[in-house]
Amino acid sequence: MELGVYSFGDVQQENGKLGPTSQAIPNLLEAIKLADEVGLDFFGVGEHHTDYFPASSPATILSAAAAMTKNITLSSAVSVLSTDDPVRIYQQFATANIISGGRVEIVAGRGSSTESFPLFGYDLKNYDELYAEKLDLLMKINALEKNEPLTWEGQFRAPIQEAMIVPQPEHPIKIWLATGGNPESSIRAGALGLPIAYAVIGGQVSRFAPMVDLYRKAAEHYEQTGDHMQVAIASPGYIAEDAQDAKDTFWQAWESTMTTLGKVRGFAAPTRSHYDAESGRDGALFAGSPEEIAERIIELHKRIKHTRHYFQMDVGQLPHDKFLQSIELLGTKVAPRVRKALASGN
Amino acid sequence: MATNSKLIIGIIGAGRLGTAIARQSLKAGHRVNISNSRGPQSLELMLGVLLPGAVAMTVNDVAQKSDIIILAMPLNKYSALDPEWLAGKIVIDAMNYWPPTEGRIPEFMNEQVTSSQYLQQHFDRARIVKTLNHVAYNEIEEHSLPPAHPQRRAIALAGDDDAAKKQAEQFIDTIGFDTIDLGDLQEGSKFQPDTKLFNARLTKAEIEQIVR
Repeated sequence: MELGVYSFGDVQQENGKLGPTSQAIPNLLEAIKLADEVGLDFFGVGEHHTDYFPASSPATILSAAAAMTKNITLSSAVSVLSTDDPVRIYQQFATANIISGGRVEIVAGRGSSTESFPLFGYDLKNYDELYAEKLDLLMKINALEKNEPLTWEGQFRAPIQEAMIVPQPEHPIKIWLATGGNPESSIRAGALGLPIAYAVIGGQVSRFAPMVDLYRKAAEHYEQTGDHMQVAIASPGYIAEDAQDAKDTFWQAWESTMTTLGKVRGFAAPTRSHYDAESGRDGALFAGSPEEIAERIIELHKRIKHTRHYFQMDVGQLPHDKFLQSIELLGTKVAPRVRKALASGN
Repeated sequence: MATNSKLIIGIIGAGRLGTAIARQSLKAGHRVNISNSRGPQSLELMLGVLLPGAVAMTVNDVAQKSDIIILAMPLNKYSALDPEWLAGKIVIDAMNYWPPTEGRIPEFMNEQVTSSQYLQQHFDRARIVKTLNHVAYNEIEEHSLPPAHPQRRAIALAGDDDAAKKQAEQFIDTIGFDTIDLGDLQEGSKFQPDTKLFNARLTKAEIEQIVR
């Protein structure tokens, strides 16, 4: 089981207001470096385009992180593939991948936050069609032989004639399909032979178990086998030594971020009782003590056999030092427990 | 119409919302017909794993062969449905005009006309009930509770056809929720995005306090 963190580069609070987006980037790099140092397996940077989530260019951050880290796998979480150019995504991630010595991956999603559509001039009417076409192109580029030129034609992008797409890493980049739980996405990943990452950001985690079943069934149906057919879970989470402290601290962050998102998306802000339910046993929010979080990961693993679980900790202006403490606890207290339990078959 | 309180529920759209309503309907003992834009064959794998017992059909067949039709597709695909298919049918509009998720759609931008009112004009002979639109898809399963439970969540309805609303209320009760009829279709403006009812877990009494 690989454990890790993902972040959208949450900005800090300053005098009761949002602090500068420029500070979020060095903060993020510091967090990634620490995650590597405490032995975590994964760090993902999620593309967003807002004044509270300014990590708009994951590959750039990952390139810097690649040069600062030794072992950790680095990835987008997610790249909004639908509103980007797959050629450019490939080039940027391939470059970062080479800098890192092969540790950079791509997690490609359709985008649940939709601000990139108007920003880059795409029509949400083509929400799924854009993704399908761009994923096709990205996979084709990634499957090219050494020095093999690309010829491709589609609906949403200029055709490509005998073009070289460079640089090419030594091995293809690992590309994951990210989904928020639409059944079609699980089928698509299975059919295309891609590993799948589920974003479980609310409600009960167990509702994703049938989705994982569907993914595996689709993989079997389309004869997609191999070790790379893996399942990852991305969920909000926060760890502190004391369980109650973890829940109270993350509640403030969660309330703040959901209130902000609620204003944008027009839904009611969450209540504490709703939060308490969702940070309990089967909830999507993994806020708690190291023992509790380790147990919950192990419990979930029994049901869905996921191979990677990563947590979004820095939301709603969670203080940076608390973010770092939580990363450290994930690496030093949670990970050893999970590894031990899974090694002994529990 | 099926006998007793068991209905044939026809769901158009097999995404997160459509499959959640389908699952709850099956649990309540209803029959479920379901369609997507790509035809019944494309649903086989999904139904086998997620919805054993549900029947995949064309959109037209779902409309013809069901007691209540539920629109659970992206709103921006509404024009793919032929108004003729829905003529005379009880149609639950569980969709929203929600620019942050689906972008702006010019014909839905008139704030004086709710999205369901616009659909009622478009599907002029359908008996449209706006409901189930203000509940997160996963909560249709996770918040379901038996009748008379003190915390039972309530779901609002609006529509111009009283008999259609009655039928919709009975159905929603069977899948685990109280209902509250807020009036004609125009009143759907009270539980769209950007309202206090949208995505909020509230009992019937709590909704009454907010809207009255």
